[in-house]
Amino acid sequence: MIHFLNVIKRYEETGDVLRNISFNLERGEMAFLTGHSGAGKSTLLRLIAVMERCTRGQIIVDGHDLNLVRESQLPFIRRKMGFIYQDYKLLNDRTVFDNVALPLIIAGFSHQEVTRRVRAALEKVSLQGKEKKYPLALSGGEQQRVGIARAVVNKPPIIIADEPTGNLDPELSAEIMELFRQFQQVGVTILIATHDISLISQLNQRVLKLDHGQLVVN
Amino acid sequence: MKRVNKNRIKKDPPIKQVKQEKRQTTLAGGTFTDKLIAYRDIHAQALFSSLGRMIATPYSSIMTIAVLAISISLACGFYVVVVNIHQLTGNLQTSSQISLFLRDEVSDAHAKKMSESILNNQNVQKVDLISKDQALAEFKDYSGFGSAINALKKNPLPIVIQVLPKNTLTDKQGLADLLKKFQQMPEVDFAQFDLQWVERLQAIVEVAQVFAFLLNILLAAAVLFVIGNTVRLEFYGRRAEVVISKLVGATNAFICRPFLYTGFWIGFISGVSAWFIVTLLMLILRGSVERLSGLYEGDMHLQFLGFSETLFLISTSSILGILGGWVVLFCELRSNKL
Repeated sequence: MIHFLNVIKRYEETGDVLRNISFNLERGEMAFLTGHSGAGKSTLLRLIAVMERCTRGQIIVDGHDLNLVRESQLPFIRRKMGFIYQDYKLLNDRTVFDNVALPLIIAGFSHQEVTRRVRAALEKVSLQGKEKKYPLALSGGEQQRVGIARAVVNKPPIIIADEPTGNLDPELSAEIMELFRQFQQVGVTILIATHDISLISQLNQRVLKLDHGQLVVN
Repeated sequence: MKRVNKNRIKKDPPIKQVKQEKRQTTLAGGTFTDKLIAYRDIHAQALFSSLGRMIATPYSSIMTIAVLAISISLACGFYVVVVNIHQLTGNLQTSSQISLFLRDEVSDAHAKKMSESILNNQNVQKVDLISKDQALAEFKDYSGFGSAINALKKNPLPIVIQVLPKNTLTDKQGLADLLKKFQQMPEVDFAQFDLQWVERLQAIVEVAQVFAFLLNILLAAAVLFVIGNTVRLEFYGRRAEVVISKLVGATNAFICRPFLYTGFWIGFISGVSAWFIVTLLMLILRGSVERLSGLYEGDMHLQFLGFSETLFLISTSSILGILGGWVVLFCELRSNKL
């Protein structure tokens, strides 16, 4: 589902941030991306989201060579992925419903379909009844779950999470990891960047460890 | 490891799929009609949300619109002035008739003889002699200074011979030669083309028209820049939203839509406001213009902006709004790769 082959990312100012990264995530596989801060985790995720392109090498996501994807096709590639962030990246001037509905509205779903799917996604993250609230009226854990609902509402085959539990206490973290496991069981490929070691050890999943831009554990 | 990867990559479906899947993705979630309705809803939502956002920040909206409305009404007002002067001078035809003002000492009898000899000129079609008395009578009738003129001891008006050149003589050089010839006659004080001042006025109006055109281009550019800048500021203000929308798969068209509608609203409301400003100014001016016209026994009616002109004004300002927004968004989205 996600293939990296000899990927190098070089910035003019800082030099190589990713060096010769190769790995392969199968459909339905779940993996943790870990490493010290500045090891290149975020850069790797940005490459998958095609917010940036790699300097050399090949990245293939769900059959699409990201080097060959034209700018105009990027939105359609991104719709195959759900992104979850440490800072949630919610729109604070819109209700929970509108936040979760955004990917569906962008994809052009009909009104009924949007309502149906948003309800289902909110139910999945146990936030039913909070549709009309604004994000800032929710707790951190709830906001993160809104972010997760938004990431999965479009039923993407891939979920990418960047420090999803960074701001949450262990109990909430465990809840959210449980959610990820459920998604994995229905065939979603999940890549989670984190340096929460205890979380990684609990779940006993594949670990990709970056060290100064190199993949040291695969 | 590398080899395994390579093999797997080769087995992956070809890249060409992207286009097909794109179609599938866009058509996901219902029939074509559903899609159409969803598309319409997106537009309606963008249309009204952008208006709502403008209302939510009333002061900055009003100030932007005031600046634009004044610029547009300047352009529009100048245009109206030109149109009205044009209408005034358009009624007066240009004529190549020549008036010869004779010297005071020339007698009526001599003038008569002179006019007969002028008629013999092959380029002259018709000659009219206006004696001093005739001229005075005519002047009394038209000027309204009757009693003042009666008080004069001596008739101050000269004898005038009006010469109409033949139609065959149309070129400027020929007419100028004819005028020169008359001018050189010893009895002629001075000779001039009648209504030459109309020609001059028309030339001035023409200059004003060109000036108005250039001014309108400048003001259109100003409108473009002001709206562009407003849209740019809003784009920056809603940057988080743009980034998030992009991350969840929004196309550039989706991202631009609300901003373009903002540009449209600003342009549209400014155009309508400019119409009101111009109309108001003209209503204020109407009374004095008509009094002026009455004093000159003229029949001038102030021309207001017509239906097609109003339509043109409002649609142009709306289009300028969209265009200004589009130019800015095009540059922003190109330079910002998230």
